[in-house]
Amino acid sequence: MKKTVILGALTVAGLTATAAAAATLDDVKARGKLNCGVTTGLVGFAAPDANGEWDGFDVGVCRAVAAAVLGDASAVEFVPTTGKTRFTALASGEIDMLARNTTWTFSRDVDLKFEFVGINYYDGQGFMVPKELGVSSAKELDGATVCIQTGTTTELNLADFFRANNISYEPVPIETNAEAQPLYLEGACDVYTTDASGLAATRAAFEDPSAHVVLPEIISKEPLGPLVRHGDHEWGDIVRWTLNALIAAEELGVTAANIGEMSGGTDNPEINRLLGSEGNLGEMLGLDADWAMKAISAGGNYAELFEANIGESTAIGLSRGLNAQWTDGGLLYSPPFR
Amino acid sequence: MSDQQAQSVAFVRDTMLPQEAPPASQTGPVKWVRDNLFPDVFNAVLTLIALFFIYKILAGFLPWLMGGLWTTASLAECREILDGATGGCFSVLTERWNQLLFGFKYPPDQYWRPTLAFVMLFVAAAPLLFAMYVPSKVLYFTALYPFIAFWLIWGGTIVVPLVALLGFIVGYMAFKKVEAASFAGALGAAIVSAAVVWFVGGFLSDAMSGVLALPEVPSRDMGGFMLNFILGVVCVSLSLPIGILLALGRQSDMPIIKWICVVFIEFIRGVPLITLLFVANVVLAYFLPPGTTFDLILRVIIMITMFSSAYIAEVIRGGLAALPKGQYEAADSLGLDYAQSMRLIIMPQALKISIPGIVNVAVGLFKDTTLVSVISMFDLVGMIRGPILASTEWNGVYWELWGFAILMFFPVCYGISQYSQWLERKLATDHR
Amino acid sequence: MSTLSDPPVESFRPSQLINDTRYRSYTFQVIALICLVGLFGYLLSNLFQNLADAGLNISYEFLAEPAGYDINQRLIEYQSQSTHLRASIVGVLNTLLVAVVGCVLATIIGVVVGVLRLSKNWLISKVMSIYVEIFRNVPVLIWILIVMAVFVAVLPQPRDFRGENAEASMFLDLFAFTGRGFNLPMPYFTAEWASGGTGWLVVIALIVAAIFGTRMIGTRATAQQEATGVRPKTWQFTLGIWVVPMLIAFVVMGLAWEIPELKGFNFKGGIFARNSFIALTLALSIYTAAFIAENVRAGILAISKGQTEAAASLGLRPRRIMNLVILPQALRVIIPPLISQYLNLTKNSSLAIAVGYMDLTGTLGGITLNQTGRAIECVLLLMLFYLTISLAISGIMNVYNNSVKLKER
Repeated sequence: MKKTVILGALTVAGLTATAAAAATLDDVKARGKLNCGVTTGLVGFAAPDANGEWDGFDVGVCRAVAAAVLGDASAVEFVPTTGKTRFTALASGEIDMLARNTTWTFSRDVDLKFEFVGINYYDGQGFMVPKELGVSSAKELDGATVCIQTGTTTELNLADFFRANNISYEPVPIETNAEAQPLYLEGACDVYTTDASGLAATRAAFEDPSAHVVLPEIISKEPLGPLVRHGDHEWGDIVRWTLNALIAAEELGVTAANIGEMSGGTDNPEINRLLGSEGNLGEMLGLDADWAMKAISAGGNYAELFEANIGESTAIGLSRGLNAQWTDGGLLYSPPFR
Repeated sequence: MSDQQAQSVAFVRDTMLPQEAPPASQTGPVKWVRDNLFPDVFNAVLTLIALFFIYKILAGFLPWLMGGLWTTASLAECREILDGATGGCFSVLTERWNQLLFGFKYPPDQYWRPTLAFVMLFVAAAPLLFAMYVPSKVLYFTALYPFIAFWLIWGGTIVVPLVALLGFIVGYMAFKKVEAASFAGALGAAIVSAAVVWFVGGFLSDAMSGVLALPEVPSRDMGGFMLNFILGVVCVSLSLPIGILLALGRQSDMPIIKWICVVFIEFIRGVPLITLLFVANVVLAYFLPPGTTFDLILRVIIMITMFSSAYIAEVIRGGLAALPKGQYEAADSLGLDYAQSMRLIIMPQALKISIPGIVNVAVGLFKDTTLVSVISMFDLVGMIRGPILASTEWNGVYWELWGFAILMFFPVCYGISQYSQWLERKLATDHR
Repeated sequence: MSTLSDPPVESFRPSQLINDTRYRSYTFQVIALICLVGLFGYLLSNLFQNLADAGLNISYEFLAEPAGYDINQRLIEYQSQSTHLRASIVGVLNTLLVAVVGCVLATIIGVVVGVLRLSKNWLISKVMSIYVEIFRNVPVLIWILIVMAVFVAVLPQPRDFRGENAEASMFLDLFAFTGRGFNLPMPYFTAEWASGGTGWLVVIALIVAAIFGTRMIGTRATAQQEATGVRPKTWQFTLGIWVVPMLIAFVVMGLAWEIPELKGFNFKGGIFARNSFIALTLALSIYTAAFIAENVRAGILAISKGQTEAAASLGLRPRRIMNLVILPQALRVIIPPLISQYLNLTKNSSLAIAVGYMDLTGTLGGITLNQTGRAIECVLLLMLFYLTISLAISGIMNVYNNSVKLKER
């Protein structure tokens, strides 16, 4: 077997060794695939279905970027990462971008040298408890046993919250969402805490979701967004504006359904610039003129991605809330395409 | 006789009575039970306690096993059918059978490939394990096996393994050509010529990527028990030669080489495997040239191989040390050089002594492959802890799944260690 | 008459570097050294290149920064505002706790099983060999997870103790065995002066004194035996030395028991052994005990039968044969592998991460690594710690080996 491995090393090194780290765009094009880091499995955001096909809201962002760059929404290699491995995977170049409901914080941006390209989900940390406990507020959780995912901002927020309210708790650290579920369901912890969206997604996977309640307190700001390495601004621009294109498309009323006719040219110059029938925005990014059109057709605009994966019609059932367009009282606000 | 007896004195018997059977308490099962189960009070108590526990375990286990269900689609359905009766929900095994064995991403229509490779492994291993019963011609197949297995499991064009094989053949021929002149020179020649073949072959396989191509399966998609098996077999076979070199290096009288080996071995043996896996997972990437990325599985193979080769080196060093000094001196006095004396005199004996130790390391290593689940790889344990136990259908099926895991590991490990004991007896040429 | 000609003056030729055994070893070593330096240089230059590209650096300053997270099991004082360094020390202590408790348990189980395996009782020896084979041949990670599954799925959770007709109740109203861990009654001293640590210091002092007393009685008895040939009965004195002062101390200091109680979400009071701690310790010790049992058995079997027979022909009784003849010799064989089993157990304790036990791998190698992103530094420190431990243990082993080495004639 030893030869196999040498051979494996040779082929793998041959396949993946690339000359320069800086030009991620060139690497991706040469490889013909986008390496996108996602979670190991969180229904609604990124999880493999029964056939091993990845699906979810974060996955949609990956596919949009792949479509914009390579013209093929399926040219994505999804790399599952844990809270521990995600940053190393990105820093070492194993993945080109990370779309793993990662909170944008100062130290991650500045100290860990990553570039958050935007926010695709405004979230906050919440608590879920079994209904039978009769708890109605997080402040009643004195002495409770709390399951937390390690390596996330949630365990820091948790410590802060309980310290600020001067109540005690017993933390049970867990690596992945999957391991937390049985512990919580069997009652080895009283409370499960993570981002509110994650709670909703986890609860949706339970046999009896109605037996669990999410407490009203949201104890932190968790702006989740895709991120890339520091230093390669061209690549950062591509990911940033692909995300913006999805948001702007919703604002401008461009959907996967009507994008065909709209791309022919409309009265609205911004739509024309976005879809490439006017101006040369694509060229400025180093992509085709219809890059945004491909990105939007991959899975639809922001609203369509949201509704299909985590929206109210799905099992997860999240309402738009803060994630509505600014015109509807939310926080989504794409800079103009000009 | 009977006449005589009749005439003899009435109360003196001069003939033997026919032998009687021993009393019931001194023979058969009764004696066995008394001697082996109830020889004294203390042992009787122990026996009773043991019987009680055995009864308890069987009373819990058998109904669970017999009453088990094999065909339901989810735990809820299973519990409903059981309706409070004792029984296991073994349907999780039937439903997730493929996932447990192959992971959840290996393409289902290609399952025959790893299965075939697995079956062929036995054929390939037979001449190594049972050298005295299997015709040595099979060894050719063993030599070919790594290439076939690579092609089967990973897929892609057959040109890649062929080129690799060619490289080894060319290297071997170069070695033979120059060997007479100098061993070191021959080694150099072999490496250079093999490298040339691989370099040229690299272009060739790029150009002919469609020849006899099986669908490629990236190693990220390997999982389940297959992953444990791949890691175990690959790392043990890789670490054997490295371990031999390290052991020789540690015994060598060249101080620099000796110290390099000592530091390496002691370092690796001093840290837990899990930290080495962390290195593979989060640190190793920093030490590779900028822009290069290795697969996680390859990085893991590198670290596990380093780990096990250090242990194997220590076992072989024990074997080397156990050889009487006279063997070394005899080899020297025959005028053999270092390479020859090692190859022809020392190693065959030292390896023979170290076989049980090596097998122990191999078993330990195979068990340790489960640790990769900690760095979020989906081996058998990873599959159980992650996708299966977290799925809506099978949330809470513990005993069936862990029982299955034990059933997968126990026979393999037990079988190998029994084999090593058998071999030890077989090879024991000294009479004690 | 032939003259012996002088050997030709040796002049050094470059080819000697390869062909002459006197020089060849230097050649090899120099090559090896160059390769090694080259390899390290290559790896390090890659490292610095990668770090520079990513704009990172190697620095241990993060150890002085506040950790920000909480640890459930802490043997020294620790809050979320303590430093990462302190979090690591908490982790080190937790590792050592598992290692020490695990080693003690594993030795006890292992020795008992190893001796019972040689028992003449057929059933017992079979049961013990089944135990040994099953536990040796299944990965320890699986055992850890199975024991943890018992806690999660089998034992009642605190919520089951609640309510009028609760599903579960406390054992003897003293012990609470829940899925989150075991709550046991804790002794404490009510007398004011003894309530701190002082009470326990007194108890320890009494134990030490009792040990000395026992030894003194033993020496006396031996002396008397030498003089008169009869060994006096001493057990009542020994018992007195152990029991009487202890009872007096307990009464004076006011010994009381803190009984665990269900308060709010969890049981409060008493000694709390967390489920992750028990799962890890128990699984590690029953796994390692299977190996230790094999070592013990091999050690006893290694003593040739003649030794037993010789001792028996001297008129020794079986128990004394074991104590005076077999064990001292067997220990020489048993102890080196035993210590390497201890080493294995300590290293395997790093699997704590699988059940969320906060040992060093969980704090420094887990949360600290995640939160600070200092992967290289954390993994390096982690390795250094384990390396120190194992070098220390093997150092002790070497000293021991030298001290018991057979003095050959």
